[in-house]
Amino acid sequence: MNRILAGTPTIVRRAGWAAVLVLAGVATTFVLPAGRIFPFSQFVVYLGAAAGLTVLMGLSGQLSLGHAAFMAVGGYTMAFTQNALYERGFTVAPPAGGSGRFASAAPPVAALWTLPVSLLAGVVAAVLAGALVGLAAARLRGPYLAGVTLTIGIAVPSVTATFAVLGGEQGFAVQVPRRPSWLAADIATEAQWRAWLALVATAIMLAVLANLSRGPLGRDLRAVRDDEVAAALAGIPVARTRVLAFVVSAASAGLAGGLYVYLTGTVLPGYFSFTTSLFLLLAAVLGGLGSLAGAAWGALFVVAVPIATAELVGALHAGPALAQRLAGNLPLALLGLALIVVTLTARRRPRSPGWRAVRSLGRRGQDGRTPSGSLHPSAEDDRKVGAAP
Amino acid sequence: MQRFGYLTVDGLASGAVYATFALSLVLIWRAGRIVNFAQGAIAVASAYLAWSVTAHTHSYWLGFVAALAGGALLGVVVERGVMRFVPADRPMDAVIVAVGVMLVVQGVLGMLYGADHRPVPAPLPTGVWRVGGVATVSPYQLFVVGAVAVLVAALALLFTRTRLGLRLRAAAFAPEVARLLGVRVARMTTVAWALASAAGALAAMLVLPSGLGLTPTAMDGVFITAFTAAVIGGLDSAVGAVVGGLAVGVVVNYVTGYAGNPNLANLAVLALLVIVLLVRPGGLFSGVAVRRA
Repeated sequence: MNRILAGTPTIVRRAGWAAVLVLAGVATTFVLPAGRIFPFSQFVVYLGAAAGLTVLMGLSGQLSLGHAAFMAVGGYTMAFTQNALYERGFTVAPPAGGSGRFASAAPPVAALWTLPVSLLAGVVAAVLAGALVGLAAARLRGPYLAGVTLTIGIAVPSVTATFAVLGGEQGFAVQVPRRPSWLAADIATEAQWRAWLALVATAIMLAVLANLSRGPLGRDLRAVRDDEVAAALAGIPVARTRVLAFVVSAASAGLAGGLYVYLTGTVLPGYFSFTTSLFLLLAAVLGGLGSLAGAAWGALFVVAVPIATAELVGALHAGPALAQRLAGNLPLALLGLALIVVTLTARRRPRSPGWRAVRSLGRRGQDGRTPSGSLHPSAEDDRKVGAAP
Repeated sequence: MQRFGYLTVDGLASGAVYATFALSLVLIWRAGRIVNFAQGAIAVASAYLAWSVTAHTHSYWLGFVAALAGGALLGVVVERGVMRFVPADRPMDAVIVAVGVMLVVQGVLGMLYGADHRPVPAPLPTGVWRVGGVATVSPYQLFVVGAVAVLVAALALLFTRTRLGLRLRAAAFAPEVARLLGVRVARMTTVAWALASAAGALAAMLVLPSGLGLTPTAMDGVFITAFTAAVIGGLDSAVGAVVGGLAVGVVVNYVTGYAGNPNLANLAVLALLVIVLLVRPGGLFSGVAVRRA
């Protein structure tokens, strides 16, 4: 496939892949039963957030245990922007369907163009939050960074639940645009339409992430992750690169948060709880850190396991009390187990071929001969060279 | 002024609990350079065990002992069964695996006991004594502070006056040399986990009756507070953890007391943690530059 497309510019190729993904996703919404459309949209949103997290953790080696906080920033900003635009009167007539005297009584709905505006506002807010956290994170290592992000992940949902302005525990309704009137009800439902828009937005973001992570920024990130001193000597601004990783990752989480609010039409702290942060961590780790395709598998796993266990428990005809106990907790335990097993067994993750080439170049320059040993040096070999003391 | 005094006493009592939990984090950090993010879940599991024992035997103190023993056992199981296999040079993996352990423990607890909130009664009266109309201290607060004082004294004796304590310190300070001199370093790590998890269980037993109640995630907030306390103390120093715990307890109590909003506690903790890490990243009691773990 890549050979066929060899002549086309990378950006066109990535846009093509994104378009293919969107079409495949749209086709999926027609195959799935009506009750599965929302979980599918949820998968799309988690995929976006997990892709951002996998870039942060896999490429820059920084850990975030509270990534749902950035989703909250994006989601709440999107909700406020959307409602403000609605109140300014940027509305259209309600969709056809109501007939007789009810048609005129139905309130107007938000115009479609308000959605990209409010989503963008959410992304901007998340970028600011990401820059703030990233500035603090650039000075921290390992468990310290984990502790700070964990505290953010626990504190932010409790803040949103505390203040009346943010709607408290129950949140508030958001005036999101409806399906356009030319789309007849028997072609696509409202849920399908929302899934499509989420697909388009996520695909654009994935294309951008792919471009960033394989471009100069991605190379800098890998260099800083593997050896800070060497990266600094090579002229890479270490701190700025680390902050940038947080910004990019927060931007994707912010977009995902806004999309989640659009999908549900409401915003409440429960969407962005600490459990959501853990699910994002799971999605990023299970698929293999640093891999965007892996984030897709991870997000699928995270959304599918709770549904599958619910079906399983239902099939077992367990009593309602037992079923309720198993409902939220069995998937949690299974996902935790998967997290442990994957992390302990996937130790010999190979580095990307490009980075290996860079490293071998460096070694050749060092002692005037090509790297010795096996044809494909493992990640372990790379580390031994890097971590001399 | 009277309110200030009450908030201070109350803050010191909850700070004593944070100090205990911070101590348990410090014990494991010193032994293996791992921050045990599963510590809260392990402590809650011990508290559930105590709840079951108390329900069967109608004795609070049997449950109390069961929690400490169960906590120590669970710590050993987690260390021997999982954490031992994390390579020492990958701090991110240690965090992720510990989070996985936390999810498993919380999931299993939820399946066994259900997620509904269980109030935990205090073993002693919680009403404060009034001396001349001034609220002073409650019997339960005295019990909490006393229990923590006993624990701290016992740990101090263990580490400074016994051969086991000497071995523990040697294994943590210079593992290679200690091994050459015949100290079983891996076993010392396990002992540290057992001690730490028992201390964590004690913290859970002391803090849950003060309104928190029993849910699988009950200790999440306590964990971040105690982590902040440990970081203030330098993450490496037992004295620092105790002082940090008391300080954090008092500060958080002022914030929530004067603002009249208990939900602000987590935000106050976050602010405190960020300030400490930005202003004095080595902590207040850290002697060596070990921050770049």
